[in-house]
Amino acid sequence: MKHSNDISQSALLNQTGIKQTIRQSLIMAYRGLLKVRRTPEQLIDVTLQPILFTLMFGYLFGGAISGNVHNYLPLLIPGILVQSILTGAVTIGVQLREDMEKGVFDRYKSMPIARIAPLAGALLADTIRYALVTILTFATGYIMGYRPETGFPGILLVSVLVIAFAWCVSWIFALAGVVGRSAAGVQGISMMILFPLTFLSNAYVPVETLPSVLKWFAKINPVSHLVSAIREIINHGVITQDFWLSVIGGLVILCIFAPLTVRAYRNKA
Amino acid sequence: MHQKLLNTNNPSMAVEVSGLVKHFGDNRAVDGIDLKIPTGTIYGVLGPNGAGKTTAIRILSTLMKPDKGSAEIFGHDIIKEAQIVRQLIGLTGQYASVDEKLSANENLYIFSRLLGLSRSDARRKTAELLEEFGLSEAATRPLAKFSGGMRRRLDLAASLISKPPLIFLDEPTTGLDPRTRIQMWNTIRSLVSDGSTVILTTQYLDEADQLADRIAVIDRGKVIAHGTPSQLKASIGAATLELKLNDKSEYENAKQVIQSLLLVEGHFSSEGILTAPLSDPELITDVLLALRNRNIQLSEVSVKTPTLDEVFMAITGHETDKNDVESNLSIATNNN
Repeated sequence: MKHSNDISQSALLNQTGIKQTIRQSLIMAYRGLLKVRRTPEQLIDVTLQPILFTLMFGYLFGGAISGNVHNYLPLLIPGILVQSILTGAVTIGVQLREDMEKGVFDRYKSMPIARIAPLAGALLADTIRYALVTILTFATGYIMGYRPETGFPGILLVSVLVIAFAWCVSWIFALAGVVGRSAAGVQGISMMILFPLTFLSNAYVPVETLPSVLKWFAKINPVSHLVSAIREIINHGVITQDFWLSVIGGLVILCIFAPLTVRAYRNKA
Repeated sequence: MHQKLLNTNNPSMAVEVSGLVKHFGDNRAVDGIDLKIPTGTIYGVLGPNGAGKTTAIRILSTLMKPDKGSAEIFGHDIIKEAQIVRQLIGLTGQYASVDEKLSANENLYIFSRLLGLSRSDARRKTAELLEEFGLSEAATRPLAKFSGGMRRRLDLAASLISKPPLIFLDEPTTGLDPRTRIQMWNTIRSLVSDGSTVILTTQYLDEADQLADRIAVIDRGKVIAHGTPSQLKASIGAATLELKLNDKSEYENAKQVIQSLLLVEGHFSSEGILTAPLSDPELITDVLLALRNRNIQLSEVSVKTPTLDEVFMAITGHETDKNDVESNLSIATNNN
């Protein structure tokens, strides 16, 4: 056996550069994708939910809210898309909690890599889940007769927007995962965050029908702005104030919760 | 080589620890530990379950911050220069720190890439380590089908990717069968012959005896003794004479013989064996002759040098008893 102690780096640095951080995060994302390949059943939620919810909500509420199913789809599809993608984001917390209980996270922590890399990598790997939700939601909508005004370019733009937004919001659930004591607890807390955020918005019903307190919340909820932005892009081909508000909303969430999560991860024994 | 590193800092010490303290609530898991570990040695940290070994290792490998005290790895502070320390160490945890959902191949590849190796270098290194640790055939199998020994070997292989000058092995053979245990011992010995420093924690006294150049005995968060294995053994006296008699009624007579010749008092053990400290091996002939003259027949005779078990008992004054294990299990839960 040969183990001469050649520390190959030219100098020992106490910091990880931004380039290395990105590289390490991408490697950790690759790890996440390998895990998905090993256990494809973890994609079942993001596969079934968009199909089931689109069909169910469409035929259930279509007549009541918009007169018929066909007229409801332009309102419903963006709502379902945001709802399903954020539900898909919840699992990151549970995943991280389960992962961190295993020995392998001790190794990551004892390695000279950026502290954010294992977290950012896991979140990046979830992009595949978000992409799946987006494709299946639009596909189900298409089968039900939905033809967006702006066609494919519009769909592509809203896909990028909604996936980027989900990535920002998933840091909230990542924080729950890092600080939570058990996977079940993390799941519970995440759902308590998710439901008000998605249902108390304009995702399924027009805000005007809500009582005043709910109306107020639904109007400031970044999820409402995101849903509006998506509707305006794919149904009318316009980028409005809502687009920018949801971009800013996402970035604000990212800037608050990513550092909090990394700090919690660093301090967690 | 980390030549530059060794020139700018104290070259002879791999680890210097002073006054290290870590509490978990009321429990002082590490209660003021001082250690100096010379470069290129195997240093054994010996103690019962929950004595504070794992906590000390977790602090030294930057996984946990101490409440008090300081520690340097090759002259680098574990808190202020944590990211440098991480470049100098390899950690093999008590519970194999590898990814259960991935194969051995994927595990080593990802760790190699994270440590900065290019794709082709990472592939080469992975194949090399799998070969070296006899895991080539199982390389693509899911880890769920790995035996405990294979998992430990993979874990150790993962710690060696960057050829770190300091390797922590936290109870590397706990739960392994005797054959795999000896394989592991040989691997550990070869690490040091290549120049690495190894810190090994163990609750097996024979393991420390077999492997370590120097040993620190830890109990309840404190170092209660340290030295070479033979120093520790010598500290509780030379050898012990053990006699088993054919006729149990003769024990009192035998005890008188020992009293008159060895000038010490013999003890009956629960197994019916008469034991007595033996300061000069020459005297054993006199004892045996005297027993023959009195027609006391022997069924067994042995002279034993003390085991580290006895050393441990002599120093701590208590056995590694059940209470300890229990009270320390709660520490272990806190740690993890």
